[in-house]
Amino acid sequence: MPFLKTATIKQTALCATFFAALVLTTVAAAERVFVSNEKDNTVSVIDGETLEVVETINVGRRPRAMAFSNDGSELFVAVGDDEAIDMIDLETLKVVRSLASGEDPEVIRVDPNQPYIYVSNEDDNIVSVLDYQKRRRVTQIPVGVEPEGLGVSPDGKWLIATSETSNMAHIIDLESMEAVYHRLVGARPRHVEFTEDGSKAWVSAEIAGKVAIIDMQDTFDVIHSIDFEMQGVPKEAVQAVGMQLTSDGRYAFVALGPSNRVAVVDQQSYEVLDYLLVGQRVWHLALNADESRLFTTNGVSGDVTVIDVEGDAGDFEAIRSIPVGRFPWGAIVEP
Amino acid sequence: MPCRVEDHVKSLAETRRKRPVIVWSALHRGLGLLFLVLSLLGAFQAQAQNQNSATVTIGYLGLERPAALEPLSVLDPVLDDEGVQGARLAIADNNTAGQFLGQEFVLAKAIVASKDEVPEGLLRLVGEGADWIVSGLPREALEVLMEDPALGDRLVFNAAAPDDSLRGEACRKNLFHTTPSRRMLADALAQFLGYKQWTRWALVHGNTEEDRLRVEAQRAAAKRFGHDIVDESMWPYDPMARRAEGGFHAIQREIPVFVQAFAEHDVLVIADENDYFGEYFPYQTRLPRPVAGTQGLTPTAWHRAHESWGAVQLQRRFEEQAGRWMTPRDFAAWLAVRSLGEAAARTGSVESKALRDYMTGEAFELAGYLGLPVSYRPWNHQLRQPILVTGPRMVVSVSPQEGYLHPVSPLDTLGVDRGESQCRF
Repeated sequence: MPFLKTATIKQTALCATFFAALVLTTVAAAERVFVSNEKDNTVSVIDGETLEVVETINVGRRPRAMAFSNDGSELFVAVGDDEAIDMIDLETLKVVRSLASGEDPEVIRVDPNQPYIYVSNEDDNIVSVLDYQKRRRVTQIPVGVEPEGLGVSPDGKWLIATSETSNMAHIIDLESMEAVYHRLVGARPRHVEFTEDGSKAWVSAEIAGKVAIIDMQDTFDVIHSIDFEMQGVPKEAVQAVGMQLTSDGRYAFVALGPSNRVAVVDQQSYEVLDYLLVGQRVWHLALNADESRLFTTNGVSGDVTVIDVEGDAGDFEAIRSIPVGRFPWGAIVEP
Repeated sequence: MPCRVEDHVKSLAETRRKRPVIVWSALHRGLGLLFLVLSLLGAFQAQAQNQNSATVTIGYLGLERPAALEPLSVLDPVLDDEGVQGARLAIADNNTAGQFLGQEFVLAKAIVASKDEVPEGLLRLVGEGADWIVSGLPREALEVLMEDPALGDRLVFNAAAPDDSLRGEACRKNLFHTTPSRRMLADALAQFLGYKQWTRWALVHGNTEEDRLRVEAQRAAAKRFGHDIVDESMWPYDPMARRAEGGFHAIQREIPVFVQAFAEHDVLVIADENDYFGEYFPYQTRLPRPVAGTQGLTPTAWHRAHESWGAVQLQRRFEEQAGRWMTPRDFAAWLAVRSLGEAAARTGSVESKALRDYMTGEAFELAGYLGLPVSYRPWNHQLRQPILVTGPRMVVSVSPQEGYLHPVSPLDTLGVDRGESQCRF
């Protein structure tokens, strides 16, 4: 339940404030960060406390997007070249089973209420819905050319799929499993994140280097577009890819690809507050449970940058670079 | 309440169904209702225009392959549908988005036997309602097309001719180029050779007009990026038979002798656009030197080995449709038709002027599976695009190379730049 999750996070944060360092250490020590290495066919496991790689899991070919099962016992990894989703037992850190996913799965998302995995199948212009308990395909939803980014609203009512060549956000009603609105966004849309309250969806566009904000309550239209401009960085190198939004509604982080920077954006005013220099070709981002740290995957430099997030002070600082496998693609932090 | 695309589509579909019925019943009421009939006919006409405005008809005009022109290696297929297949795929891609936007793209095609038949091909396309032309023609035939009064003010996309003059002194306002110029290709190679610090070139070229122009482009690129052409020589033979039993016996002896007088060089650059002899050069040189240019390490707009930035999706879609690999000419035609699709989707219009203005404006950027957005240079309408530098079986690099800076766009380090351009619209 998304609401419960928020409550837990807030509680944890509260505990940390009151009971100081010891409690914080205990909470953080349990935290593991998983990084998919696209070129190495592995998933690196980083200890969230020591910030070191503690384990490397062999998975199928070309691992990219990852998601947790709703009970938190398994990690799902889309392995594109095997046309499957590998399922990793989080106790043993071994692939325990593999689910056929349809052609070339890149992005996956898990439904908050049902045991469903949504998969974008780029070659077939469809989004597949898989039941990971019954291990069967539930349905397929036709969308535009090359579906890529996916996002599920916190209440599980909406799924947004972006199509990279049609340049659209297809808004899918998860009750009828049909795309009901189609909205043009920037060129080559890649990633979707909902705000914590589900009222807005953020859609990043790689080639346009922009983020579109879609109103998810009333008009389902694009209501704002965020541009990123940095002195000394060619416009073409600014490509918006992965995003993370803090649950308090204050900050959004946007990975800007080959510009090697992460933008910090005010979630309310859409103003870009800062650009943080990270590794080369920064692709995806993951916030840890108490949102005190942001992990970035840097494809070309083959590492993960750790950013200290001090939201109250408005202070963001890259503190560490952790070498992982070749072409790290996605990152996700154990809940 | 903001206007939604679906509403437009729905209402358009509804009027399409209803309107003709009303017209017929009105006609049956006789002359007394003439006023009503006239007004309804007016509405019908307006609606018919409306229907037209939602359709974009694109004509592909190509030339049959001269029978003598076949690739030298038997591994390369002989193609007779190059270009048009790229246009076909882009029409399908446009329509996938178009179905949600109430826009439809239609392809008309005319493949003519010689440049003398270009006017006839154009008439056929115009007859089928083509508002835009994608040209798969070489320069001379393209110029016949551009001079033809039947073209009117239609815009032509050059998806085949690499001639720099078409982007320079012979440029035209209604001619856009989606295929890179020779100079862009030469610059892309020169940047990579610069990165390798292989700055001393020996140049071998054929005896055709195309090769002469290619040599010119190579010389200009060498000058711009600080390379030295230490020697150059023309391959003295006429085209060889594609198939010759044991042809390598002769080649193996001829090439080392041919290149032995060259001064010390790092790389052998070949200019053989028609693929008459260059394919023989790799591994046959006297000194162990890489071969680059039109064969060997080659700058190209597209290659089957290119799968980065989502290119694998385009490769697969193309192969499913055409049953063969996508070539640079297919890709150039795809870019042309997709440019129109992108402009129509963004402007919500299919009006010629609106699309033209959008395509040459600041906002236009197309995802071309090349890592960087592609766009048109407003001063000569050449598509600025990254260029692949490939071996026969692998992508070696993509230019522009890092470190070649430009005040406007790194892509403008490839090809003649604004300040040097002879183009004046």
